[in-house]
Amino acid sequence: MLEDYLKRRKEERGMLLMTHIVMGYPDFDTSSRLVEEMVKAGVDLMELQIPFSEPIADGPVILHANQRALEAGSTVERCLAFAGEVTKRFDIPFLFMSYYNILYKYGVAAFVARMKALGLAGAIVPDLPPEEGHDYLEEMAKQSQSPIFIYSPNTSPARLRYLAEHGRGFVYCVARKGVTGSNTSFSKELDGYLDRCRAATNLPLAVGFGVKSKDDVDFLRGKADIAVVGTQTIRIVEDKGVEGVYPFIRGLRENG
Amino acid sequence: MKQRGYHGQFGGAYVPEILTATFDELEAAFESARQDPTFWAEFEALMGSYSCRPTPISFAENLSRQLGGARIYIKREDLNHTGAHKANNVMGQGLLVKRMGKKRVIAETGAGQHGVATATMAAKMGLECTIYMGAVDVARQRPNVFWMEQMGAKVVPVTEGSQTLKDAINEAFRDWVTNMDTTHYALGTACGPYPFPDMVTYFQSIIGKEARAQILGITGKLPRRVYACVGGGSNAMGIFSGFMDDADVELVGVEAGGHGLDSGLHAARLASRDASIGVAQGYKTYFLQSPDGQMNETHSVAAGLDYVGVSPILAHLHETGRVRFEAATDAEVVAALKTTIRNEGLIPALESSHAFAQAFKEAPHLSPDDAILINQSGRGDKDIFTVADAFGDPKWEQFIIDKARAYAQKQQG
Ligand SMILES: Cc1ncc(COP(=O)(O)O)c(C=O)c1O
Repeated sequence: MLEDYLKRRKEERGMLLMTHIVMGYPDFDTSSRLVEEMVKAGVDLMELQIPFSEPIADGPVILHANQRALEAGSTVERCLAFAGEVTKRFDIPFLFMSYYNILYKYGVAAFVARMKALGLAGAIVPDLPPEEGHDYLEEMAKQSQSPIFIYSPNTSPARLRYLAEHGRGFVYCVARKGVTGSNTSFSKELDGYLDRCRAATNLPLAVGFGVKSKDDVDFLRGKADIAVVGTQTIRIVEDKGVEGVYPFIRGLRENG
Repeated sequence: MKQRGYHGQFGGAYVPEILTATFDELEAAFESARQDPTFWAEFEALMGSYSCRPTPISFAENLSRQLGGARIYIKREDLNHTGAHKANNVMGQGLLVKRMGKKRVIAETGAGQHGVATATMAAKMGLECTIYMGAVDVARQRPNVFWMEQMGAKVVPVTEGSQTLKDAINEAFRDWVTNMDTTHYALGTACGPYPFPDMVTYFQSIIGKEARAQILGITGKLPRRVYACVGGGSNAMGIFSGFMDDADVELVGVEAGGHGLDSGLHAARLASRDASIGVAQGYKTYFLQSPDGQMNETHSVAAGLDYVGVSPILAHLHETGRVRFEAATDAEVVAALKTTIRNEGLIPALESSHAFAQAFKEAPHLSPDDAILINQSGRGDKDIFTVADAFGDPKWEQFIIDKARAYAQKQQG
């Protein structure tokens, strides 16, 4: 199970790192090399985003990547096949990240069964709160897949517990209000929020939205279990190419 | 687990976690307003003093004679301040913003009518205002952009996706998740996550309440059919809600047929077979989407109907058969507009002209004992560039050429 892996791995490594790619952006070849570089650089788990035409929780950089991927012909089927290849090649957990319509159109039961067959560990579906996710949660449980839910700074204590009850694997704490990709100040203000998250669940805590430097990762040490790097790797690839990814990720926890 | 805001299988609230608290707050404000007997009175008084309400019903005597068949009546939502039914919803939400104590409003707009209405409300109520508008729509609805800016709103052209209404909605949501503490998102139609479809319908129901009483007063009986165009569905829900319980009144929603239902270039979600059920922009309804679940591009000569989704309430009324859905093509709409202008001196918006086009097709088959009622959701002044193009008016073209030449000379100094 994902949770056990994360707890074990955390003991070995201290802080864990999760990265994110949009499958098929800019093309599947590059996506494949990206996964390879990230795994080589020591990433502990990865989100594979199936592009959607209306990614309302994503900021400009990931939005753009979603749209370019679709224009370049990234289909759901192609993404599933891609995911199947990487789970075979690399020995870390992979999660799908996408919006609910992708699962809904595919058929929720069929999609989740396919996740299991492909060797995925779970999924993050940011526009599917547990209230709307009855079918999804049932199928995820049946296929031993982890549904990851999201905490945000304005989530009430009662709701933190409610979300934790329905989540498996870990909880994704967004570090601030807003969409992906803007700046977050990793400062004392975050501490109170992370304390509240920690008090609400025994699941590991991942923190994302704006993590982009070793300082950010160091700040989270001891407060969270997983640092999530999303937008910044897309920026690195756009600025420096795939070659930029390995040194960037190594740099995030050098001597750590 | 509690699901909220469903109409049959449609609706719901598929929202990112960060907005959950905001939606709870909005729902509470809406419910408390709805249960407060003074709130609706305050709303009516505001619309009476600021927006020409009640809007009249006009008898289209010449058209009725010319087409033969049913007598045609027109509910004049074009006479609202800012020229469309959008004012009803926006002023209502403005009153809610005051109850919630927020300082800023944002909105999306397609045709620009909702943007203008929101900018107007913000100016009147002293709120900061940002309007998101697809870049394609900015280009085709410049007169409305001009007015929004004059009223102090910031208009942000959205260059992602199809650069139309759906993309403007996405951008508005992105703004909202960052600024929800100070900001209200005044969604413009009966779509989106709960409580928006119900709330927008509630404010627009002022149309139907008035219309039912008025038509009874004028003709002594209920109309045989009621026609409304359907973009997101707010003007349609507004007028239909007045007749929902009158089983003998047939309700007809008219969608954008664009270049025709076989062309792939239209925005007919319920009248065509091209749409399927999905979940996007926070709610479940029929969307024009690919088998993978990606939203398709849509087309309409009327920017306000050019939308991939449709009100979950209308999707349900479609499934239960309470509302019949039809589509009018761009060409039929332009012809109907011309006919209406020439015979009645009325200038309906291109959006509204869809309802006219369908009513004109059907009126001749009814009897003079029947009355039909068309919702003229807005006035067509904003469409002057598009309509002049569609009419191919040479004098207008010359005017634009001369104007452009004069501006170019001025720029060259
Ligand atoms: C005049 C007019 N009518 C109709 C519409 C379509 O919207 P709805 O279906 O919500 O009434 C618009 C949208 O901008 C509009 O401006």
